[in-house]
Amino acid sequence: MTDAKPFVEIRQARKCYGDLEVLKNISLKVNKGQIIAIIGPSGSGKSTLLRAINDLDPLTDGEVWLEDTQVNKKLPHKQYENHINKVRQNIGMVFQHFNLFPHLSVRENITLAPKMLKGISDAEADRLAEEQLEHVGLSDRIDYYPSQLSGGQKQRVAIARALAMQPKVMLFDEATSALDPELVEEVNLVMKRLAEEHMTMIIVTHEMAFAESVADRILFMDGGVVVEEGPPEQLFRAPKHERTKEFLAKHLRANALAPA
Amino acid sequence: MQRVAPFFLEAAWVTLELAVLSTLLGLTLGAIAASAKLYGNVVFRSIATVYVSVIRGTPCLIQLFILYFGGPQIGINLDPFSAGVIGLGINIGAYMTETIRGAIIAVDSGQMEAARTLGLSKFQAVRKVILPQAARLMVRPLGVNINAQIKATALVSAISVVDLTYTAQRYIGSTYKPFEMFILAGVLYMVIITLTGMIVSWLNKRVAIQ
Amino acid sequence: MGLDLTVVPPFAGLILQGALWTIAITASAGVLSFFGGIGFAICALYAPAIIRYPIKAFAWLFMTTPLLLQLFLIYFGLVQIGIDIPAFFAGMIGLGLHFAVYNSDIIQTGILAIDKGQHEAGRTLGLSRGQTLRKIVIPQAVRDVVPPIGNNMIALLKDSALVSVIGVVELVHASQLAISETFRPFEFYLAAAACYYVVNLLLEFTLHRIERRIALTR
Repeated sequence: MTDAKPFVEIRQARKCYGDLEVLKNISLKVNKGQIIAIIGPSGSGKSTLLRAINDLDPLTDGEVWLEDTQVNKKLPHKQYENHINKVRQNIGMVFQHFNLFPHLSVRENITLAPKMLKGISDAEADRLAEEQLEHVGLSDRIDYYPSQLSGGQKQRVAIARALAMQPKVMLFDEATSALDPELVEEVNLVMKRLAEEHMTMIIVTHEMAFAESVADRILFMDGGVVVEEGPPEQLFRAPKHERTKEFLAKHLRANALAPA
Repeated sequence: MQRVAPFFLEAAWVTLELAVLSTLLGLTLGAIAASAKLYGNVVFRSIATVYVSVIRGTPCLIQLFILYFGGPQIGINLDPFSAGVIGLGINIGAYMTETIRGAIIAVDSGQMEAARTLGLSKFQAVRKVILPQAARLMVRPLGVNINAQIKATALVSAISVVDLTYTAQRYIGSTYKPFEMFILAGVLYMVIITLTGMIVSWLNKRVAIQ
Repeated sequence: MGLDLTVVPPFAGLILQGALWTIAITASAGVLSFFGGIGFAICALYAPAIIRYPIKAFAWLFMTTPLLLQLFLIYFGLVQIGIDIPAFFAGMIGLGLHFAVYNSDIIQTGILAIDKGQHEAGRTLGLSRGQTLRKIVIPQAVRDVVPPIGNNMIALLKDSALVSVIGVVELVHASQLAISETFRPFEFYLAAAACYYVVNLLLEFTLHRIERRIALTR
């Protein structure tokens, strides 16, 4: 396990917006089947890092690798477009605001990309949609439109949509931050099940308890650097770094104040 | 070209006159019908509603024809220019009714309540609180209406008002150059519309600052 | 002379035929203006400068001159340079292009208003920029702008009266034929107006139905 070839690798990532450096020389290796949770205050660069993995927010410097393919390869525009579209088919992403396609039914949301990009038949696509919806427990919503679903249901459909492309890795960008508190658990459950199935996952989250229960490794980011990383029990129970302690303490206090 | 130019300029002036006069008439009718719809009793409200619905539900060209060609049958004899101004004015008035009404409705209803709690009458509240705010919201849509109105004036050529379009048609007969004549007229329309557009956006900026 | 509406019924067939032509030209120009509007909007937003600027200039020409003049130019003017288009098609093209320009403006606004997350979701699934636009962004933008596009369709119906001046025998022209026999302009223009009013109501009703149907998918 320790010397396995990394599945996803980020090498010396730097990202600048003008003079502002939001990622400062970050490197990260993720093995197949591993689950990484990235925590940190807002503005720490954690979402930017996640969005660099599928080149949605391209890095200023550094490399992103998925297995033997460099994701952010420097290519002429046309070739790059072809390349990135292929790569992204292998990287599922789930957004904070779901980004379901409101003009398409749940079924069509899930089957759009597989039909267009993998050329599967309508019957196969239907089976795929049913299968994925069963996975997230929404079989009875297949012909609904997004506007008819709750936030939690929307997010579960968004996960099903990403999974329908059979990605090698899943990225979660604060998947439960926009949800009402009572809807968070249903989405967490789906993610936990994915974890049990050994999906490789990189999760940006505000929920420490969830991160602790699901992740193999926690990254604490602040100010564009990885301040501390380690297994959850170590990082949450015995943080070494002052900034980590501060952040966790603040978070605990906020949680204590929040209504149960 | 040089021979016909003075006639085209004169016609452009007629077009501008038509646009300005019919817009003024339309604004007046629009203000009356909008107040009738918002604050009038059942009778006035119904009349205004029918006016807006019928005028907006039928083509302006037909309205001009009924007024100019059909008018004499019921004792209304108008010269082409007056028929043009009145017909276009009645037409745009229906559209302005909705613009003005929309702007008044868009002013927060809390404003009316606030004014009434201070002891202002409904009429005073409308005049002093609602209208000044609504007027600002009206400038942009009215600008769009006026732009449309300048183009709509071309219709009066069909009731033989000597406007730009009519002039272009007339000189095609003697020059046999339809392409050039229509383009000359088109350029003059563009000049008029671009200039009015500039005036409206200047107005818009002025009211926006306050 | 007074009013005598009994002069109308003998010409009911002619007027109805005119009404059918009015519907035909409105429908065909409407379809042209809708798809033309989408095409112009895409060009105005995404095409290279060499296509974008001519399209914008063309749109500006159409927006700053009267429709009547445009119809004259297409029907009478183009003959001069050897392009002879039958009246119905000249009317359809004139009306269609004129309203395509206005629809394009609305659709552009609609496209720009689509949330960035929709583009991102499409790209993340591996769709190309073009596929994302075609399957995700534009269908949503078009749904969002149904009400203002509908208003343009209603305006188009009424402006279709103008094609009578280039000789299409639609409602206005049909009434004029009846008037030339009866010398009763008021009655026949009134009849034509009534027909427009009814067609207009039907169109408004249809648009309302469409709006309600897509409400779910927005």
